Amino acid sequence: MRYKLGEKKGMRVAYGETLVKLGKELPNLVVLDADLSGSTKTAMFAKAFPDRFFNVGIAEQNMMGMAAGLAITGKIVFASSFAMFATGRAWEQIRNSIAYPNLNVKIVATHSGITVGEDGATHQMTEDIAIMRCIPNMRVISPTDYYETKSVIEWCAKNEGPVYVRMPRRDTETVFSSEEEAKFQFGKGRILEDGSDLTIVATGEMVPEAIKALELLKEDGIEAQLISMATIKPIDEDLIVNSTNDLIVSIEDHNIVGGLGSAIGEIIADHGLKKRLLRIGVRDVFGISGSATDLLRYYGLDGESIYRRILEEIKNK
Amino acid sequence: MSNISPIRNTDIEELERIAKRIRYNIVKMIGLAKSGHPGGSLSATDIIVALYYKIMNHDPKNPNKKDRDIFVLSKGHACPALYAVLAELGYFDKEELWRLRKVGALLQGHPSISIPGVEASTGSLGQGFSVAVGIALGCRLDKLNNWVYVLLGDGECQEGQVWEAAMAAYHYKLDNLIGFVDRNRLQIDGCTEDVMSLGDLKEKFRAFGWDVFEIDGHNFKEIIDTVNRAKSLKNGKPKMIIANTVKGKGVSFMEGNVGFHGKAPNEEQLERALKELS
Repeated sequence: MRYKLGEKKGMRVAYGETLVKLGKELPNLVVLDADLSGSTKTAMFAKAFPDRFFNVGIAEQNMMGMAAGLAITGKIVFASSFAMFATGRAWEQIRNSIAYPNLNVKIVATHSGITVGEDGATHQMTEDIAIMRCIPNMRVISPTDYYETKSVIEWCAKNEGPVYVRMPRRDTETVFSSEEEAKFQFGKGRILEDGSDLTIVATGEMVPEAIKALELLKEDGIEAQLISMATIKPIDEDLIVNSTNDLIVSIEDHNIVGGLGSAIGEIIADHGLKKRLLRIGVRDVFGISGSATDLLRYYGLDGESIYRRILEEIKNK
Repeated sequence: MSNISPIRNTDIEELERIAKRIRYNIVKMIGLAKSGHPGGSLSATDIIVALYYKIMNHDPKNPNKKDRDIFVLSKGHACPALYAVLAELGYFDKEELWRLRKVGALLQGHPSISIPGVEASTGSLGQGFSVAVGIALGCRLDKLNNWVYVLLGDGECQEGQVWEAAMAAYHYKLDNLIGFVDRNRLQIDGCTEDVMSLGDLKEKFRAFGWDVFEIDGHNFKEIIDTVNRAKSLKNGKPKMIIANTVKGKGVSFMEGNVGFHGKAPNEEQLERALKELS
């Protein structure tokens, strides 16, 4: 393994810390939130820069419109809420008010996927990648860990145009050991491990689970290549096209319809690649309440379940 | 900050002449496009003419100057009125008007930020209002002394987002924001009060903390005087002007006719309308 799992750290904490750092450098950076600043960690920015933080109340549609207006006046705008409300409730505002005019608004959402946990289906966003990546001009990023999140947020602030960033609620194991090592390269997947039996492509909080699965496979003598795909749109086509393995496994805390797996399927189809694709994710169902750990097992998204599912796939070949 | 001198009768007559020419171009461009929204464009014409010819500080030769006043057409379907005014003032070549809604044309069916002079992409109702609130907030952060104007349709006020935005403008004390509601009382499916009662819009905005005025939206003196009054009240409150208007104003057979909300005149109707506006 080139990378070792570290202690659990929150990506959303990295978001809050980076906003504070950027706030000092960039006087035209403003942050909006819709009554969830304590959870999204934008409250850290609010405390440091109260004049540049705007809580719009529980009104996500208006938040996206105001974000567009502030961007028109030359501000770098971060707008945050839970993934469900940021992208679901305000989808059309994002499409028409932000993406169509290609405005400099960064939609940074926390609480993505089923690992939201106990709050259950209404708050577990498993369709956000699908509905964001189909909007022209929109870029979609799902950072790998705490350190990469810092680099992603910095990239967002320093590059023009709309971006959607999704992060989980829970703290996850670090994959990288420092910010320097985690330096984000937009549009590039990262090969974390080489292997000649299959290719695993994981995104966001699923990367640590993929690493656990990979270690179990290794004990069985199965060598997997592991790619961390932080940029989901535009996706790194070359990495998939150049992979020499016949079996590709996508892993995401998202519906298998429209997410990372679908994006990889599009590459395989577009290039006429002779590859098998196993999509591991939420299998077109709604979430349920439970702890994040129990839910990962329930939906087959923990390292152990992923390992067993891949073994099964290899045996049935 | 632009201070407006008292209005003389000659100014009013000049504005009326301009508005008639703008209406002529609106009907012609929609007629040539064979699609568009004449009714709401004609009801909003006098407000837009007053803003661009008399009220706003703006410069077609320097459309991005920092301290300019900003207009957002939230009822984006009335863009033929905005386009006709922008063309007349030299923001882009007037010939573009006759290519409205055609493939490859500059002028899109609804306002796009890619068009010179257009400040926000609008047309999905309710959204332009929020964008205008964001612009007003941004201008205040920049400590500008400019004004932000936004024009809403009355049917548009059925969108929930309008009231989210109204709440925010009050909360952030945006007294640099002046709104208009083009109260023509018609929407595509019929009378606003039959489709979904708007009731007393004045009281509704007042309840949301706005200073509210009611005017005849075809009376230039009232439009200009009321904007002046709104500007003089630096009291931390956003301002809303409910402008009572006539849908299709200026073309006899379009006035009050819901059929011309989103339908272009045919060749014969176009000829008649242009004759009336000549």
